[in-house]
Amino acid sequence: MSTVRPTQLPPFQRVFDDHSGAVLSFLLGAIGPSEAEDCFQETMLSALRAYPRLVDATNLRGWLFTIARRKVIDARRAMARRPTPIADPDPGAAPTAESDIDEGLWDDVRSLPVKQRRAVVLRFAGDRSYPEIAEAMSTTQDSARQSVHEGLKKLRRDRT
Amino acid sequence: MTANEATVNQALASRFVDRAEASGLIDVAVTTMDSPIGTLLLMATRRGLVRVAFESENRDEVFGEVATNLSPRILEAPRRLDPVRRELDSYFSGRLQDFDLDLDWSLVGPFAQRVLRRTARIPYGSVASYGDVAHEIGSPRAARAVGNALGSNPIPVVVPCHRVVRTGGNIGGYGGGLPRKRWLLDLETS
Repeated sequence: MSTVRPTQLPPFQRVFDDHSGAVLSFLLGAIGPSEAEDCFQETMLSALRAYPRLVDATNLRGWLFTIARRKVIDARRAMARRPTPIADPDPGAAPTAESDIDEGLWDDVRSLPVKQRRAVVLRFAGDRSYPEIAEAMSTTQDSARQSVHEGLKKLRRDRT
Repeated sequence: MTANEATVNQALASRFVDRAEASGLIDVAVTTMDSPIGTLLLMATRRGLVRVAFESENRDEVFGEVATNLSPRILEAPRRLDPVRRELDSYFSGRLQDFDLDLDWSLVGPFAQRVLRRTARIPYGSVASYGDVAHEIGSPRAARAVGNALGSNPIPVVVPCHRVVRTGGNIGGYGGGLPRKRWLLDLETS
């Protein structure tokens, strides 16, 4: 048996170049444009902090999505504690590059049950495969597929 | 990259780099600069300049070597390299003869470090032979090992291994290729 060698980690710049767009897409879908940028910064900083200790570099995108998911949960908790209702439009918000996104649809996505929402966002905003979704959600591929299916069914029902 | 992927624009990316730098999370900062001898890749740790690479070197290999030997927390963060870029610009335009930069020798073994530190003291515009350097570091029979150490100098130009030449007029070898060595020697004697 050969000796175990430490995993070759690519320079973090490569990780950023290859995956930051997908992470941002995921966050835009999961939490919306007003919070996505903060979550993005927090996600990438946490990733950079933990990076040298990462043992398995075979699925860097999945690893980033796991961190991003935790940041979304943190942000939601923080939003829930905020005194002002978050649904109020922010008149000072600058238009984002995603302004062509159908916001109504994302509102519907955000109102899905949590498992379906995650699965739908990973599938369509993150463009993840079912094995990746299963991994990010710590579930089976069948269950991931099922969640996407149920989520889409509900979205179609809500929008007709 | 897929069609429906969001774009991380320059402002978002530089905000990340600024925050990473402020949090002390960038172990190796990278940038590139144009020079008369081609684009140079510059890398600095918090201790100082650790790597200068010519465009003749494979960029992925340089990054890989640094990621493995120092840290994979490598990011394009040009600001940390500002002093290096300024001094190199002055040097290439003939206005600066002695670099005053912090150096990080982490990529250099003990013997090569003796060779390169001695080499760094060869004055601008003059040259020494491989044998001279071997003699100076107290290993007079190690001229060949000195040549190897100079050939793998991770901080060329700033650590002026181009000032070490063969006895008898031949300028010897150079990690960045002989035309670059000749250009640097000409610059310093013009």
